[in-house]
Amino acid sequence: MKENRSASLFPKELVIESLKQSFVKLDPRTMFRNPIMFIVEVVTFVMLIVTVWAAATGNTAQGLAGYNIVVFIVLFLTLLFANFAEAIAEARGKAQADSLRKTREETPAKRVDANGTVTTVSSSQLKKGDVFICEAGDTIPSDGEIIEGLASIDESAITGESAPVIREAGGDKSSVTGGTKVLSDQIRVMVTTQPGESFLDKMIALVEGASRKKTPNEIALTILLAGFTLVFVVVCGTLKPLADYSGTQITIAAFISLFVCLIPTTIGGLLSAIGIAGMDRALRANVITKSGKAVETAGDIDTLLLDKTGTITIGNRKATQFYPVAGVDEHSFVQACLMASLSDETPEGKSIVELGRERGIRIRDLSTSGSRMIRFTAETKCSGVDLKDGTRIRKGAFDAIRRMSEAAGNKYPEEVAGLVGKISGNGGTPLVVSQDDFIIGVIELQDIIKPGIQERFERLRKMGVKTVMVTGDNPLTAKYIAEKAGVDDFIAEAKPEDKMNYIRKEQEAGKLVAMMGDGTNDAPALAQANVGVAMNSGTQAAKEAGNMVDLDNDPTKLIEIVEIGKQLLMTRGTLTTFSIANDVAKYFAIVPALFMVAIPQLAALNVMRLHSPESAILSAVIFNAVIIPILIPLALRGVAYKPIGASALLRRNLLIYGVGGVIAPFIGIKLIDMMVSLFF
Amino acid sequence: MNTELLGSIIQIILMVVLAYPLGKYIAKVYKGEKTCFDFLAPVERWIFKICGIDPKEEMSWKSFLKALLTVNLFWFFWGMILLWTQQYLPLNPDGNAGQSSHLSFNTCISFMVNCNLQHYSGESGLTYFTQLFVIMLFQFITAATGMAALAGIFKAMAAKTTKTIGNFWDLLMKSCTRILLPLSLVVGFILILQGTPMGFDGKMQLTTLEGHEQQISQGPAAAIIPIKQLGTNGGGYFGVNSSHPLENPTYLTNMVECWAILILPMAMVFALGFYLKRKKLSYTIFGVMLFAYLVSVGINTYYEMNGNPKIAEMGIDQAAGAMEGKETRLGAAATALWSCTTTVTSNGSVNGMHDSTMPLSGMMEMLNMQINTWFGGVGVGFMNYYAFLIIAVFISGLMVGRTPEFLGKKVEAREMKIATIVALAHPFVILIGTAVACYYYVYNPAFVEAEGGWLNNPGFHGLSEMLYEYTSSSANNGSGFEGLGDNTWFWNFTTGLALIISRYLPIVGQVAIAGLLAQKKFIPESAGTLKTDTATFAVMTFSVIFIVAALSFFPALTLGPIAEYFSIYL
Repeated sequence: MKENRSASLFPKELVIESLKQSFVKLDPRTMFRNPIMFIVEVVTFVMLIVTVWAAATGNTAQGLAGYNIVVFIVLFLTLLFANFAEAIAEARGKAQADSLRKTREETPAKRVDANGTVTTVSSSQLKKGDVFICEAGDTIPSDGEIIEGLASIDESAITGESAPVIREAGGDKSSVTGGTKVLSDQIRVMVTTQPGESFLDKMIALVEGASRKKTPNEIALTILLAGFTLVFVVVCGTLKPLADYSGTQITIAAFISLFVCLIPTTIGGLLSAIGIAGMDRALRANVITKSGKAVETAGDIDTLLLDKTGTITIGNRKATQFYPVAGVDEHSFVQACLMASLSDETPEGKSIVELGRERGIRIRDLSTSGSRMIRFTAETKCSGVDLKDGTRIRKGAFDAIRRMSEAAGNKYPEEVAGLVGKISGNGGTPLVVSQDDFIIGVIELQDIIKPGIQERFERLRKMGVKTVMVTGDNPLTAKYIAEKAGVDDFIAEAKPEDKMNYIRKEQEAGKLVAMMGDGTNDAPALAQANVGVAMNSGTQAAKEAGNMVDLDNDPTKLIEIVEIGKQLLMTRGTLTTFSIANDVAKYFAIVPALFMVAIPQLAALNVMRLHSPESAILSAVIFNAVIIPILIPLALRGVAYKPIGASALLRRNLLIYGVGGVIAPFIGIKLIDMMVSLFF
Repeated sequence: MNTELLGSIIQIILMVVLAYPLGKYIAKVYKGEKTCFDFLAPVERWIFKICGIDPKEEMSWKSFLKALLTVNLFWFFWGMILLWTQQYLPLNPDGNAGQSSHLSFNTCISFMVNCNLQHYSGESGLTYFTQLFVIMLFQFITAATGMAALAGIFKAMAAKTTKTIGNFWDLLMKSCTRILLPLSLVVGFILILQGTPMGFDGKMQLTTLEGHEQQISQGPAAAIIPIKQLGTNGGGYFGVNSSHPLENPTYLTNMVECWAILILPMAMVFALGFYLKRKKLSYTIFGVMLFAYLVSVGINTYYEMNGNPKIAEMGIDQAAGAMEGKETRLGAAATALWSCTTTVTSNGSVNGMHDSTMPLSGMMEMLNMQINTWFGGVGVGFMNYYAFLIIAVFISGLMVGRTPEFLGKKVEAREMKIATIVALAHPFVILIGTAVACYYYVYNPAFVEAEGGWLNNPGFHGLSEMLYEYTSSSANNGSGFEGLGDNTWFWNFTTGLALIISRYLPIVGQVAIAGLLAQKKFIPESAGTLKTDTATFAVMTFSVIFIVAALSFFPALTLGPIAEYFSIYL
């Protein structure tokens, strides 16, 4: 995992900007989006009026002027803290997105006009449908799709990965990203997005709040929190006549303090920051999400479709064994294999040469001058070499070589059929080798399972996520690799529609499915999946269809995305619990303080032995305010997810945030009271 | 061991042990499986035929509720008319008068909603005719209404995905004929043997040992008392309820009656386990409820048996416990047990005066009703718990990083909205009612004076009396701190309003949640699914209920029973 994580959660320039925003966000029209904090704003305003009125008229029935002012200030700070939490989350997300966007602003673009002339314009002038040329050394000015040519491209500006990648017209690797650099060759690229409408731009808009929609889960939680707020409106409102009956005078400041302490301001103040931070964490993992909902859904994923190649196995197969048929000398068989692979640039070909070298056969010993290389094509399904002396060596899929050999009137040896079966059963791919249409042996190619992938799957299993491997291999090979890697299920000989069918089947059973893909033929499945992650290198169609884009093109990213989603929900849940659990201590701080003067017996309820009614109330509101900034780092980072099973996780979080939420404010309020008691 | 305590322990054991097989039986009844009372089927079919009801028709949750509410409205008019005109109706040997309009409103509503708040006294306020055809009838059908609603919820919870939740009429009928009627017959038989009257003669004229003439009310009491207890109704045949020697003649009847209060609410929880084939879920729910119940029994028994220290200071022996307002033949422990049993459920019958219980006992009685989910009324008790279960599922689902789901159904905004409204309506009604009463008491003394002054006890206890009255109404309980003079225009109307809101809003909401969840796609369990039948989740549910339901009342309770407690004990 490559992370552009800044060392500090609070870089200085972001803090200054966020502080400014904290005041801007006091605008009631903005506050209205968050019902809990809006109510706090209303009562803060009431408190201001009371303070001014009491000071102006010299009325002390509502408490001393100094005390009222302090209560007002603390309430005001509560608002600022909550706004700051949201602002800093936004600022961090924006900063992250900006740093990605900056790379592509104002680079010169060589636009090809309709008449074929090339003019250099600024990248910001490029419109959707324009075509530009990039040569070695150019920075690509805009996102687009290669329509002609092939180039190696340095994408490190986006992905942090220094190894160059090949992008070419046609096929599934045709997308280029603005800000990346062409290292070799020349390509013609068509612009695919309007300026300001790229995925990144959309994501920035999401973070900035204007187009940020509450996710379904956030709405449900807001309803619950609004319900709690309402009940405390009633609790505090009805307390007035009850206190009148008991002959107790309660100041407006005390009423407001009790109310603000009881309503869930902690979670209310941090709720939107948590949501933004979720998207931000995804962005830090180099994933652009098209909606907050997608991140949330990722936490619920039941089934994960993973491509074998690149995710479970390292991209390429490696030759692991030579099997000459009976009557063929091993040395000459290996020689033949090497000659057939000498100019084979595929990783498989290179690995055959490497294995031969390990067997003591050097390339330079072989005379290949004057020979002609035969490239692999999809029709022939084999490659090889025609030597100067007319010897034809071929290697390829067993059915292709068999057909060729049988066409020449040779028998397909049973021994070979046995070898092919054995290798497939072991998860390998057999490569049959023929010399002048006689089959002389088989090379075993093996998939190399990525180190550490078993543990990751185990982790997913504990989260309750089922993993499914998708591969073009035959069922035997697929089964072997599936078992070795520890995936729960596999789709062998997969065609694009198989993915689609599998997703449909899982969804009909009520499951949520995530998949990753890059090709245009993946697009329907990406759209069908509940979470579809398109690789940035993939086609535009794939990127449009999915709801996330992975800038790293890293197929294991899905696993991280699931964890980010879970963290997001957990952070909301634990902070809600914490916020509500805090009420117990706040009741015990404020309720005795309200009635102690009129009903001295109730001093017995003052279990914290707080100094005076005024100090008790102040301590509770101060605790209520400062807990918000204290929890901002947690809200931004997210609660750590541990795959230990749902019940164990609930127990753990209930202990930390539930029991902790009951105890912490008792300690906190007492400590604050010791300081406040110096003044009140 | 102290025989009083032993009596309490035996009663509790009898409840728990017998609730299990009864729960199994109830599940069978609602699933439509074969039971030993199937011989009643022709009678049921005959009744359905007369009413033109097709008991096999599957109802959506909306038509289910429509049927429920329609029949309740019909009963309201039925009850109002009979109560108004009872003096002209037969079976009135004592010549009792009709009820005033606000009293008949209150009485009718109160029995229609299974609350049985009584602002009258049975001996003089009703006739034998209305006792039987309003009071007893309502005690059967309203209990059955709650049970039928829960049976609908059972069906919704059990099905993978369904649009229908059963037939209201069928479930209502079966609750009456298969469950309430047989049990009532058993209990009634024991009561008659122990001396509870059953007949239609008027007041009995007696000469006491002192030579005074005394009039003793009687009537068809043994027919009404069993269903009063079993259906969590609680409206006594006689004014002082089960502390009356004819309503509750012996310690044995006391045991049976107290047992009868809790047996069905307990059995309904077990029935859930059998119906859904999720016994572990029902055990954890039962465990939470039993724990809360035992805590409350413990507190009340302790304070009632230890007597009142202030009275002890006056030199009056408190060895028998705080005996003010209690029957000596029953004792402090039996009254303490009953006071908790009747308040955790929505029964509200009493065998001693709650107004006279010690401050913390009184607080526990109120708290039980304010929480209103520990076993609760037949059917509706579990339904209240269900609303909190949804909230607990939601919060804990988030805590484990998954969109919350309960029994394979995702809990989303719409269900949360309903659950929140249902869970919070209760403190709303109680606190606003009490606040209005306090406001009038403080700022409009002339009005209160015109209504007879309301309170017999000023100070903290006076507040408790008013708080108790609204708590009891809102919990559809019906017991009272009877020091409150509550047969007045103000109390009859405001509590009547509280009764209606607190009965129908939750039922509609809870059935709606179940119906909405039932329509959703079923999600199979995985390792990431939060299990709801674990001890951890039970603790979570308890905490949610306690913090949300109980803490809302903390300031009000502080000014009432807690202040009173510290005045006596400090």
